[in-house]
Amino acid sequence: MSELFEIWVYLAERPLVWLTVTVLVYWAAHRLYLQCNELALLNPVLIAVVALVGILVATDTEYGTYFEGAQFVHFLLGPATVALAVPLYGQAHRLRRMGLPLALALIAGSVTAVVSALGIGWLLGLESDVLRSLMPKSVTTPVAMGISEQIGGLPSLTAVLVILTGITGAVLAMPLLHLLGYGPEDATAKGFALGVSAHGIGTARAFQHSEEAGAFAGLGMGLNALLTALLVPLIDALVVAF
Amino acid sequence: MIGTIALLLGFQLAGEVAVRLLGVPVPGPVAGMLMLFAALAIRGAVPEEVATVANGLLAHLALLFVPAGVGIIAHTGRLEGLWPVLLVVLIASTLMAVAVTAVTLSAMRRLQRGRGGS
Repeated sequence: MSELFEIWVYLAERPLVWLTVTVLVYWAAHRLYLQCNELALLNPVLIAVVALVGILVATDTEYGTYFEGAQFVHFLLGPATVALAVPLYGQAHRLRRMGLPLALALIAGSVTAVVSALGIGWLLGLESDVLRSLMPKSVTTPVAMGISEQIGGLPSLTAVLVILTGITGAVLAMPLLHLLGYGPEDATAKGFALGVSAHGIGTARAFQHSEEAGAFAGLGMGLNALLTALLVPLIDALVVAF
Repeated sequence: MIGTIALLLGFQLAGEVAVRLLGVPVPGPVAGMLMLFAALAIRGAVPEEVATVANGLLAHLALLFVPAGVGIIAHTGRLEGLWPVLLVVLIASTLMAVAVTAVTLSAMRRLQRGRGGS
């Protein structure tokens, strides 16, 4: 028993343990999701995060120790984002025709994401630094943190809100769109809406639907990062002025 | 496969350099994505190996967000009491953004098709 404990103490210090645990837990969460007919609430990111938080709390492990192992998975986000160009190129022949509808949908969705968070949060009595941290919640983490810092929010709070927004979108967007009458053939609109409102985690959800949905989600995510970075400081200045 | 990995990392690096040189508020990898898209458009086709590796990586994009998601654990204390309100705001706002984006896109495309047909 004490020998096992020593082995654990040794391994817990190495990145291998938490890297392996991350991949295993995600694999199990993904299997569970598939076995339950892709039930929205069993979204693999949500289940894997909840399970890993439980494991870290149970083993009294610091996030920093965990991340030393998990960073190898995290690092792949960069190359994967670049790789989004490939499915997007597969849709290139449609992009030219769809330029105007995509631009208008992007503007409408982006403004809605920022203004609704600001308005509902204000109605529910949130403080101004929390409201500022909320406004860029629909865009990818590095951009959102930069915007938050620029307008006087709390970047680390923004990082958490961005992740929660992504998970919310990944879990609820498809059921909502289904209610609104969008079928399996509407991959373009579904994917673009997921990418604009729920950034990379929404894009990952779109890729589970189809490559076409994923391509448009990646496009929506990239464009909204740019638009939100311009929009939020403007809206913040307007709100302050009134 | 190594060639494609080098390609993706190379475009990511080029993206990081470009956003710093130009001072645009976009993450390096997103700029890298746009540059790779432009390169594919100029070339006129996606090499088979690049398509295989890229699609393989993207099929499990969700896994790559797990380590950052677990980061929530580091912030639970300071948000005590705010959680219910924040969750209401996030859920309501995200659903509104999803609906508005999708409905605008389909309405505009219908309008465009209608005009093209007449």
